[in-house]
Amino acid sequence: MELVVFYVAAAVAVVSALVAVSHRSPVVNVLSLVVTFFCVAVNYALLGASFLAAAQILVYAGAIMVLFLFVVMLLNAPSEQPTPEPRPVQRVAGLALAAITGAGALFLLLAVRVTPGVAPIDGNAVALGRLLVGPYLFAFELISVLLLAALVGALVLVKRKH
Amino acid sequence: MWAELAVTTAKVVVVALAMVTTVPIMVWVERRGAAFIQDRLGPNRVGPLGLFQPVIDVVKLIFKEDVTPAAANKGLYYLAPLISLGVAMVTFIVIPFGAGHDVSLFGVPLRGLIVAPDLNVGVLYLLAIGSLSVYGIVLAGWSSNNKYSLLGGLRSSAQLISYELAMTLAVLGVLMATGSLHLSDVVARQSGAVWHWNAVTQVIGFAVFLVAAFAETNRLPFDLAEAETELVAGYHVEYSSMKFACFFMAEYLNMATASALTVTLFFGGGTLPGVTLTGWLGLFVSTAVFVAKMCFFLWLFVWVRWSLPRFRYDQLMQLGWKGLLPLATLNLVWVGIAMTMGWLR
Amino acid sequence: MGTREQRLAAIRKSFPDEALVAEVPGGDLQTFRVDRKVLVDLARHLKDDPDLDFKLLLDVCGVDYPERAERFESVYHLSSLTHGHRIRLKVPMPADAPVVPSVYPVWRSADWFEREAFDLMGILFSGHPNLKRILCHPAFQGHALRKDYDPGQRWLLREGEQDEPVWARAVQEDEDHFETQVLNLGPSHPASHGTLRTVVRLDGEVITQAETEIGYLHRCFEKMAESHTWNQVIPYTDRLNYCSSMMNGVGYALAVEKLLGVEAPPRAQSIRIILSELSRVMDHIVDIGANLNDIGAMTPFLYMYEAREELYTVLEACCGSRLTMSYVRVGGVSHDVPADFGEGVRFILKRVPQLVADMERLITENRIFRQRTEGVGKLSSEDAIDWGWTGPCLRACGVPFDVRKSYPYMGYDQLDFKVPIAHGGDTFARYLVRVEEIKQSLRIVEQALEAMPPGPIIISDHNVALPAKEKVYTEMESLIWHFKLVMEGMKVPAGEVYGFTEAANGELGYYIVSDGSGKPYRIKVRPPCFAIFQAYPHMLKGHMIPDAVAILGSLNVIAGELDR
Repeated sequence: MELVVFYVAAAVAVVSALVAVSHRSPVVNVLSLVVTFFCVAVNYALLGASFLAAAQILVYAGAIMVLFLFVVMLLNAPSEQPTPEPRPVQRVAGLALAAITGAGALFLLLAVRVTPGVAPIDGNAVALGRLLVGPYLFAFELISVLLLAALVGALVLVKRKH
Repeated sequence: MWAELAVTTAKVVVVALAMVTTVPIMVWVERRGAAFIQDRLGPNRVGPLGLFQPVIDVVKLIFKEDVTPAAANKGLYYLAPLISLGVAMVTFIVIPFGAGHDVSLFGVPLRGLIVAPDLNVGVLYLLAIGSLSVYGIVLAGWSSNNKYSLLGGLRSSAQLISYELAMTLAVLGVLMATGSLHLSDVVARQSGAVWHWNAVTQVIGFAVFLVAAFAETNRLPFDLAEAETELVAGYHVEYSSMKFACFFMAEYLNMATASALTVTLFFGGGTLPGVTLTGWLGLFVSTAVFVAKMCFFLWLFVWVRWSLPRFRYDQLMQLGWKGLLPLATLNLVWVGIAMTMGWLR
Repeated sequence: MGTREQRLAAIRKSFPDEALVAEVPGGDLQTFRVDRKVLVDLARHLKDDPDLDFKLLLDVCGVDYPERAERFESVYHLSSLTHGHRIRLKVPMPADAPVVPSVYPVWRSADWFEREAFDLMGILFSGHPNLKRILCHPAFQGHALRKDYDPGQRWLLREGEQDEPVWARAVQEDEDHFETQVLNLGPSHPASHGTLRTVVRLDGEVITQAETEIGYLHRCFEKMAESHTWNQVIPYTDRLNYCSSMMNGVGYALAVEKLLGVEAPPRAQSIRIILSELSRVMDHIVDIGANLNDIGAMTPFLYMYEAREELYTVLEACCGSRLTMSYVRVGGVSHDVPADFGEGVRFILKRVPQLVADMERLITENRIFRQRTEGVGKLSSEDAIDWGWTGPCLRACGVPFDVRKSYPYMGYDQLDFKVPIAHGGDTFARYLVRVEEIKQSLRIVEQALEAMPPGPIIISDHNVALPAKEKVYTEMESLIWHFKLVMEGMKVPAGEVYGFTEAANGELGYYIVSDGSGKPYRIKVRPPCFAIFQAYPHMLKGHMIPDAVAILGSLNVIAGELDR
């Protein structure tokens, strides 16, 4: 039962992720990304990380992607927009990045043994909280500073326009 | 296994039916309530006191011509009302309507009529699924290919994101005090006395939550996505017949969910201060108490709608970001202090 | 200030004699025939000279005299709010070159009035920035108010031929500005309360440019009036401002009576005052209610409609009609009021203030309402006068101008009432002024009802009023008068008059030209909201769509009066 759900969710996630990068209509891109996030959340839930699953939907699907959609709707781009031919540099850079990411993913898959069906962390929010403010405190704080910087940067960009 | 399946199915059917039934009742209450507030009669021709008016409304909606704009994005245009209604239909499954943790049916514990299986992140589930409801409105606004509905969709996406933040922060205060994400724990902690209710211990959080709940349900004074005098009907201007009915039902279901959530988080759920009942009697009484409390908030929705004018978009944003968000943070600080000092039990 | 002669001398001193001819006194207003070459100079002089101070251009209209050498005449009515005097300028022009310089650079209120004169009379105003048709559609050919226009013609407007602002087309082609879009508010929009179209250019939700298109409800009132007898025009006047139809009829009847040199009997005047003021209350009630409804508060709207319902009951008892009353006649009113009229009015005097108080308690101090209205649609008093504003909207800018006080008619000077003003010039100030005017109007009604004299309700001049029915059946003389009045209409002496009253929206003017026949030669209505509404697109800039709706409601634009 769980295995069936996992495979369905994983397949949908992969397919919709492909749609997200390949479809021409920006609205469809955004929506397929939402579907991907949703499926990933389902997989989190299957792993027992229900807190993470809920947070995934709440933050990514429910807030961030809505902003994406907001911008895309404002753009009001025609659904059948011809994509401009990518420049050679873009092609090379894209392929290189894909190769690096792919190699990294492969390495992780081969090097790290994950026992299927066993949750690496408890779904309990308390445990997750302890991890975040315990061993990973530095990374956690660093990310919040990064986000703050991004926020300020966005503000500056917008202010300059007006 | 089979008993559990049967009991769960029964719970789903009972609770879903009960929630869906609130829609026609609320339509009637809304129309008669508006009439009462506005010093007029309201619907009074169909049945005693116009009670069967919602039935006629449904018949009318079913038989209305279903128009799809030629330039609409068909797929998303059909999907949008389904998202709205679907999200509204699945949110309430984590709400503990009654007490009765000691009651079992066929050996299966009823666990306070919570429909969902053991979900240890009940509140988060509710907020997460609730946050998806914006897609229904935004997609409806975009796919109709109408400038008014697009403006409605844009307004609501900005509005929902802003108010969700304040709402989540307000809920966070409750969760901090409870120390659990189980809604049953939230209710249990508030039992015993009125001053244990979160509405009393966290007044600011409650106020923020209530205002945000109005905004999340798109009701006046926050019905900017619809704003019939400005945007004609906003995001659902191009919808007719049952597609419109989906949005309509979703609005009332969201009201019911928001009321239920308010009762659960801030008004002690199904508990009645000073009364401790167990067994089946306890289940019935607590469910009745829950419904009674819920009715008050449902009425509040109607009352406010017919009393206040509408905000303007920028004022709404200002209230959300400069008013509610700092207040919700203040509430968190208060809860933190109160917990450290041991003022909360 | 000074006398007529002094003013005349002051105006004349810097203009050559042949360019500025004063018409013989005896008419209702000091009138000058002006050479079109000096028109703009004269206009500036009239406006800027502190002794003259004609800041308010009330009306511009064209008149067609096909038998004259200089066939067309452009007529201007000016008023000075500080000195209280008024003059009329007439600029004649030949049939082959009906061109006159535009006075828009001097008074912005000339904008739409000149467009209307161009549209209906074919007078070209050189230097006008946007001289295009306003009441008729772009596919219309000819000029309807010319005497040689054949009213039997039909002009169809096909799709794609409708009026579009130039900038609106440019924006639609410009895809780079993705946050900019053009939105049509109307012609059919829930907040337009009638058929109006406003094209706005949006940046996000902020309006950066706007243009209005009116004329959807144009019914050629002025053309129709020329083919009806004087009394037959009255039902048409009801359809001008249909929220307060009585006052249109009263304004018209007063103008004709001025030309006839007669005055209605005291009882008729008293009835006219009471019903006019009740109509004013009705109009303000509808406006406030609709405005609040547009802002999202529906409940006060229904409180106001309950009040209007009570008012309708009394009006219906008087004349059998609720909306379009047709109650006034030249020289009086058609019937006497019913016996229980006093009771009905006293009930209103009790009930309406209660409902208004309910609304005020609910809304005046409401913070959302205050935020939505304060500072929204703000206009300075100078701008308001420049646009030709009158009535409650002008008084909300702090200018205490009310025709009932400044030029009392029908005995308003014997009644005790105040002219409320507010200083914001915004939507909230207009709301406050209207609420206070409701109370003052009810005070007037109370006093007029107490002082209502017995007596006839229409004058006995048989050139003007129909003789009583029983006399028609029994007396030969009366039968003849009845026959002549019905068949030929009353004979109004040749001449012209500008009759003006304080209607619900401001100064309602009727410029009437009579050639002595049984029908009006030319009637030009100066509808108050026409001048007010032309400022609307300019007020919108920088506001948001919800503000556009709130401002529109507070200006109380009545399409029937606007488009005629």
